[in-house]
Amino acid sequence: MIASAKPSMIKIRVKRQDGPGQSSYWQNFDIPYEDNLNIISVLQKIAANPKTRDGKTVAPVAWDCGCLEEVCGACTMVINGRVRQSCSALIDRLLEDAPSGEIVLEPMSKFPVVRDLVVDRARVFQSLKKVKAWVSVDGYYDMGPGPKQSRAQQEAAYPLSECMSCGCCMEACPQFTKVEVERKAGESEEEYQKRAAEAYNVAFVGPHAINQAVLFNNNPTGQFAKAERLDALMEPGGIQVCGNAQNCVAVCPKHIPLTTSIAQAGRAVTVHAIKKFFE
Amino acid sequence: MAKKRVVVIGGGLAGLSMTMKLSELGISVDLVSLVPVKRSHSVCAQGGINSCNDATRQLGDSEWKHLDDTVYGGDFLNHQPPVKEMCDWGPKVIDLMDRLGVTFNRTDEGFLDRRRFGGTLYKRTAFAGATTGQQLLYALDEQVRRWECEGLVRKFEHFDFSAPIIDDQGVCRGAVIQNLHSMEFLALPADSVVIASGGPGLIYGRSTMSVMCNGSAASRCVQVGAKFGNAEFIQVHPTAIPGADKLRLMSESARGEGGRVWVPRKPQDPRDPKTIPDAERYYFLEERYPKYKNLVPRDIATREIFDICVNDGLSVDGDKMCVYLDLTHIPRAELDRKLGGILDIYQKFQGVDPRDVPMKIFPAVHYSMGGLWTDYEKSSSGGLVVGSSRNHETNIPNLYAIGECDYHYHGANRLGANSLLSCIFTGLVVGPGIETKLSASKTAAADLPSALFENAVAAEKQRQKAIIDRPPSSQNPYQIHLELGDVMTRAATVVRRNDQLRSALATVAELEQRAKVASLADTGNWTNQNVIFTKSLQDMFPLAKAILQGALQRDECRGAHFKPDFAMPSLTAPTRDGRLLEAEQWCDRFEENTAKWVKSTIATYDKGDMKLSYEDVDTSLIPPRPRLYGLVGAEEIEIVWNRRAAAKAQGNPHAAKAAASPAVAST
Repeated sequence: MIASAKPSMIKIRVKRQDGPGQSSYWQNFDIPYEDNLNIISVLQKIAANPKTRDGKTVAPVAWDCGCLEEVCGACTMVINGRVRQSCSALIDRLLEDAPSGEIVLEPMSKFPVVRDLVVDRARVFQSLKKVKAWVSVDGYYDMGPGPKQSRAQQEAAYPLSECMSCGCCMEACPQFTKVEVERKAGESEEEYQKRAAEAYNVAFVGPHAINQAVLFNNNPTGQFAKAERLDALMEPGGIQVCGNAQNCVAVCPKHIPLTTSIAQAGRAVTVHAIKKFFE
Repeated sequence: MAKKRVVVIGGGLAGLSMTMKLSELGISVDLVSLVPVKRSHSVCAQGGINSCNDATRQLGDSEWKHLDDTVYGGDFLNHQPPVKEMCDWGPKVIDLMDRLGVTFNRTDEGFLDRRRFGGTLYKRTAFAGATTGQQLLYALDEQVRRWECEGLVRKFEHFDFSAPIIDDQGVCRGAVIQNLHSMEFLALPADSVVIASGGPGLIYGRSTMSVMCNGSAASRCVQVGAKFGNAEFIQVHPTAIPGADKLRLMSESARGEGGRVWVPRKPQDPRDPKTIPDAERYYFLEERYPKYKNLVPRDIATREIFDICVNDGLSVDGDKMCVYLDLTHIPRAELDRKLGGILDIYQKFQGVDPRDVPMKIFPAVHYSMGGLWTDYEKSSSGGLVVGSSRNHETNIPNLYAIGECDYHYHGANRLGANSLLSCIFTGLVVGPGIETKLSASKTAAADLPSALFENAVAAEKQRQKAIIDRPPSSQNPYQIHLELGDVMTRAATVVRRNDQLRSALATVAELEQRAKVASLADTGNWTNQNVIFTKSLQDMFPLAKAILQGALQRDECRGAHFKPDFAMPSLTAPTRDGRLLEAEQWCDRFEENTAKWVKSTIATYDKGDMKLSYEDVDTSLIPPRPRLYGLVGAEEIEIVWNRRAAAKAQGNPHAAKAAASPAVAST
């Protein structure tokens, strides 16, 4: 349980970067110990009083957060070498695991850094477009209920749909490598986004998007577009890139059976490819 | 003519359902959000979404009963035509979400499973585990992504809404937004702007709300003249997990699935709660409210928990206030299937498994029933005229508000599982009205002289520059925010007293002055979270003042607004005849109070101050009646009241219908 000797100060080491393409550097902060802190409350304290250990006033550390209860996925970062949400990273627990008393915060390494701990995860959402992660309903007028589903079907689908697109599985995946599209002088935001989307589209979609493809392929209505999703998973950056390292499932904060989804998608893609061959 | 466009501010359930509906109608949307829309605060909604359904219908439920529970639970401050329309749409909204692939829990036969929520005796609530908001949000997010691929939706994620653009005639013509990374400002011309920005929980410092729920979008509309309704009606949820950075919600569904609230009868009994025998436990909600038990409306449960800790001294812990919420009598497998999401949250943040050990919980600020004032067009059947461009339009033409940041639906107290419904419903129902609005106009905003947009951007740049250029001062925006949260939580939550409200207003005015000179630690121009926070902090003050002034002026008790100095008394006479006599006086006083206070509080901004006025509430469908949950003497009051209601009902069909239904809860 809680370590018996509580430190008077919490030592925080933060990997900082002022903007895209700039070099990173480290800064150390000391935060007075209190019970029941998490990384978010520590970062809030740094924001309120951004002084380093040696007394220098610096710009506050930038980071992303949202719900603070691990359902939105915003606050993902690498904490003591492990990718996770910073809201559920409790200081008392971290101190137990790191007796040196130092807590190291880094941005995720597979996504371009915007500033400090803030990264650009546009690629995560682009991959959802690529695999058409939605049910193509005719429209939003009242057409009665959806198809009946068994409890077993719901219980299989629900865990897959708890995915919050946080990025942990991609950070941990050895086949998922960083794609950073640099801005060109004079380029509009729209032009930049288009170019970035094209680059993301040929890079690995990652476990997250494969899992979403499986979710919708198993949905009674979603399955009508199964072939299109499997086509997408056969394109460059598709499921063949997966090297079966199984890191994704180990780091998923929602315990989504990602490797099961990947295996299911793999079989479906094989069957689909054979069928296409004979078409 | 350029193509007409709509700007939607906020990508939670309301903003996404609006965007999806407009896309279906072929209207292009610019969707603006502080966070990627999939991370909007709607993800935090847990318990479920209400509608009358085939099973409850056969037990006597109907859309009308859902309306009745909603306005009775809301203490008759709800505008009834929009609520009626919402309840009528309820079953259709849930069918639609089912078609969109929401993973609702199922019965053995494959139907949607339902559970009971507070303030009703029917099992109306459809749910997806205990992460219903997340699942509903994802379904809408997926649909909007589909429209994004079709080219009908442009997303502006990681953008702040700086201000609406208002022309010389006072008509809204677009929005200025700011890129949170590059810090650049951008004007989006629009033929309608829809505010779907959620609640203002950050005004209270810590609440169950997400960090982006700072109320700034609504406040920025108020500061250019939009009216704000019922600000003082802030829901304090009975059950949350106290935390240093946030008060995490513990859904009402925990009680809907059989969870029981109790404290040891012996103050701060040090024993392991599991070893305390039943006879030594005080199940205070069950004892005090034998009909609704643990599922009384939220305002009541909150006051009882507060009362048991503060006045009865029965808090479980000595050093912090909390009561037990106990699920340990329910089989683990059932808990995992129906409540897994919230139990995981408790376990993760408290380090204790609530399947084995009773949870320790306490009330927390949760939801704003009030919000931007909007219009609507009432239909002949008492609902809304669907397709009317007046529906949900603020007093600023072309500016609309939907979802938590509107003010009609939840009156003085929101029933659990009605917010998900109201958010999705308002998006769907207002879409066709905006289509009407757009087709009625001969010009497109994009064709207006560019100076209008350039000037709006220049004003925002100037505002930001002035903040960044402030001379160094000892005032720190984060410290001021802590103090603001503290004073608001003390003065304007569960129990309100006029002296405290007056003193809070003075403190808030002081904090506002300090915020005006607070200097920034970051004066750069790249991903400057400091300046964005400071602007949102300054924009909290108009709403904070509206909350405090509204509470101060409203000398009565209604729903979440509880002022003990103005509470209606219990009946005290020892005999039944004596109590019946007292009940006559009680009902007289109730009628006087109804005439005076069944009014929306309307706040308007005037050079930094908030001015209040009052507006009639449409109670034409179900006339106000006493809300008697748990009051001593309820039986006699009910007799007297029903007699009066029956007499009045002569010749009024709506009132007759209301009188024919069980008019008053007996306990």
